[in-house]
Amino acid sequence: MTPERVEAIVQNAHSGEPASDEMASAGWGGISRPPSSWEVLSDRLFRRATLAAAWFTILLVGWIVVSIGRQAMPSIRSYGLDFLGGVVWDANRARFGILPAMVGTLYSSLLGLAIGTLFGLAIAIFLSERFLSSGLDSLLRLFGELEESWLVTLPDKIENVLKMTIELLAAIPSVVYGLWGIFVVIPFVRTPANWLHSHLGWIPFFSTGLSGPGLMPAALVLAIMVLPTITAISRDSLAAVPPKLREAAFGMGATRWEAILAIFVPTAATGIFGAIILGFGRALGETMALAMLAGNANVISWSLFSPANTLAALLANHFPEADQIEVGALMYAALVLLGITLIVNIFGTLILQRADAGLRGLR
Amino acid sequence: MRIVRKLPLLAIASVAWVGLAFLGGRLTGVFGPMGAFGAEDAVTLQGTGATFPAPLYEKWFAEYNKEHPNVQINYQALGSGAGIKQFQQHLVDFGASDAAMTDEEMGSVKDGVVLLPMTAGAIVLAYNLPDVSAPLKLSRDAYVGIFLGKITSWNDPAIAKTNPGVNLADTKITVVTRSDGSGTTFVFTSHLSAISDAWKNGPGAGKSVNFPTGVAGKGNPGVSALIKQTPGAIGYVEYGYAVQAHMSMALLENKSGKFIKADLTSGKDALSSVQLPENLRAWVTDPTGEDSYPIVTYTWMLLYKKYQNPKTADALKSVVKYGLTQGQSFSSDLGYIPLPANVVDDDMKALDQIS
Repeated sequence: MTPERVEAIVQNAHSGEPASDEMASAGWGGISRPPSSWEVLSDRLFRRATLAAAWFTILLVGWIVVSIGRQAMPSIRSYGLDFLGGVVWDANRARFGILPAMVGTLYSSLLGLAIGTLFGLAIAIFLSERFLSSGLDSLLRLFGELEESWLVTLPDKIENVLKMTIELLAAIPSVVYGLWGIFVVIPFVRTPANWLHSHLGWIPFFSTGLSGPGLMPAALVLAIMVLPTITAISRDSLAAVPPKLREAAFGMGATRWEAILAIFVPTAATGIFGAIILGFGRALGETMALAMLAGNANVISWSLFSPANTLAALLANHFPEADQIEVGALMYAALVLLGITLIVNIFGTLILQRADAGLRGLR
Repeated sequence: MRIVRKLPLLAIASVAWVGLAFLGGRLTGVFGPMGAFGAEDAVTLQGTGATFPAPLYEKWFAEYNKEHPNVQINYQALGSGAGIKQFQQHLVDFGASDAAMTDEEMGSVKDGVVLLPMTAGAIVLAYNLPDVSAPLKLSRDAYVGIFLGKITSWNDPAIAKTNPGVNLADTKITVVTRSDGSGTTFVFTSHLSAISDAWKNGPGAGKSVNFPTGVAGKGNPGVSALIKQTPGAIGYVEYGYAVQAHMSMALLENKSGKFIKADLTSGKDALSSVQLPENLRAWVTDPTGEDSYPIVTYTWMLLYKKYQNPKTADALKSVVKYGLTQGQSFSSDLGYIPLPANVVDDDMKALDQIS
């Protein structure tokens, strides 16, 4: 609306002539007008549409579970609980058991998660607690050149680059991780693994040597795959620690490490724990990289270097060529994997709620 | 404000779009692929099946398409099992399988099935022993024992006996098998079952069996990568694949007791020792020829006897004929064994059943 038009309206108003048409067409009248029937309708439609979308998601999950369950039914009926305890997968003789795959799934995920959490949390602390800039500060102070402005922004830039690089890890396809694992990680791990086996072989974790694929390379690659999730979410929750807490901690004379380990990390624990649960979910469901690295052998062993199998890899490997009976067994295995994921998530949510309740006073 | 007002419209539009897309997908399924709408006499043939012959088939289809631009052939190498399954469900115009089809599977296709052996290949035992330069000779006892997990070290007497003068260290044998179900595994385990009762009554023959030992990789590439990365490894791979990947291949003892190198001559010799029955389905589990390489197989295309669309049938027949004639000349370069002349004749006769 141009200034001239406003003036005209104002003049009209002063002269006592009705200006409502003019005002309405200029968009002013909408403020006091009741909503038109179209607006009421569209509002209602929108609400219904969002509700429908929400329900659709829930129904979709339900539908997936029901359809997998229906296909798994014959297998559940004929194998029952023996399926969970069996150690042989022999499609030829219709004998199916998934204990090695279940153990392998949990073992590799937990191992990968432990390594990933260790590094992810360390990186998150490094990125959120401004180690780079304080390091540079003291370096500059040493040379008495605190005023150089481009140097002052440098740590932020480096931190950004680091952050983006780590987040980029999430974008690498898992096939690429698998190939990289075969050609780089396995040869890299083999020598130390075989040294550990020959010198400390009496420890169950080192009871076999590593010839090629095995749990350890799989877990290492898994750790890298869950790293971005854990780092990004932990960093955000560390950055979200209330400033008053930070100031209070330093004000009371805590050293930086005391503040980080005793105040910041516990305060951000809910978020960090959420990150770990998300990472666990990712590790449980990871298929391709594990199918390439774990060795796909139905073996149960404490050894970190023994080949293993996982549920997701089992499904991916056997599904394309499976016949009717094996498909049923695979669906049963899929159901078990779904169940494990569900249990992990429920446990995670419960622990999260408990941790959250304990820290409520701090907020 | 304006955007907010338009949101419901957007929501409705997107729901409608999803619905349409869904419907479209359904209609495509009923009326055939969308590609058929283009040129009037264009024909699109869909095929699914074995990965083993895929490089050769793709070569044929590409060359054929150059000569006949109106015929487009899509081949998805999803595996023999997937090929049979999709063929049974009429999702494709032709299938392909290393294990042909069982009588039961063929019985379920009401339009009738024509099995055509299209090419053949050998399966080799590739190994990784950096210190051994001479090709290893493996007796039947040795390689059955290795895959049964009974022979676990490379300096085992069973291996040393047939390799005098070769410096075999006390390296652990890592057996590499296929993790996915595959025609390659079927052919290899059928051979092992044919020559060893212990194998027959143990793991048995099948597209995926319960191997007593070792680690497993997905597909020929997965197995070869594992062999190449693991000193002391041995595994079974397609001959053409092993040649391209420059892997060391063992000489295997055949039925007559000779140690035979895998190549096209010894492979062709093995094929000619078997007479194909009328349905053109025969497995060469243990060829009898004196110079035959012991593990060879045909691989089949699966065609219907009756096609609804005469254009599809004609195009398909023409493509298959091309593969059987000019196509065979690509075989040796890609590591496949060219079909013996009598098999080509049988195929041509079988093609006439298709209408």
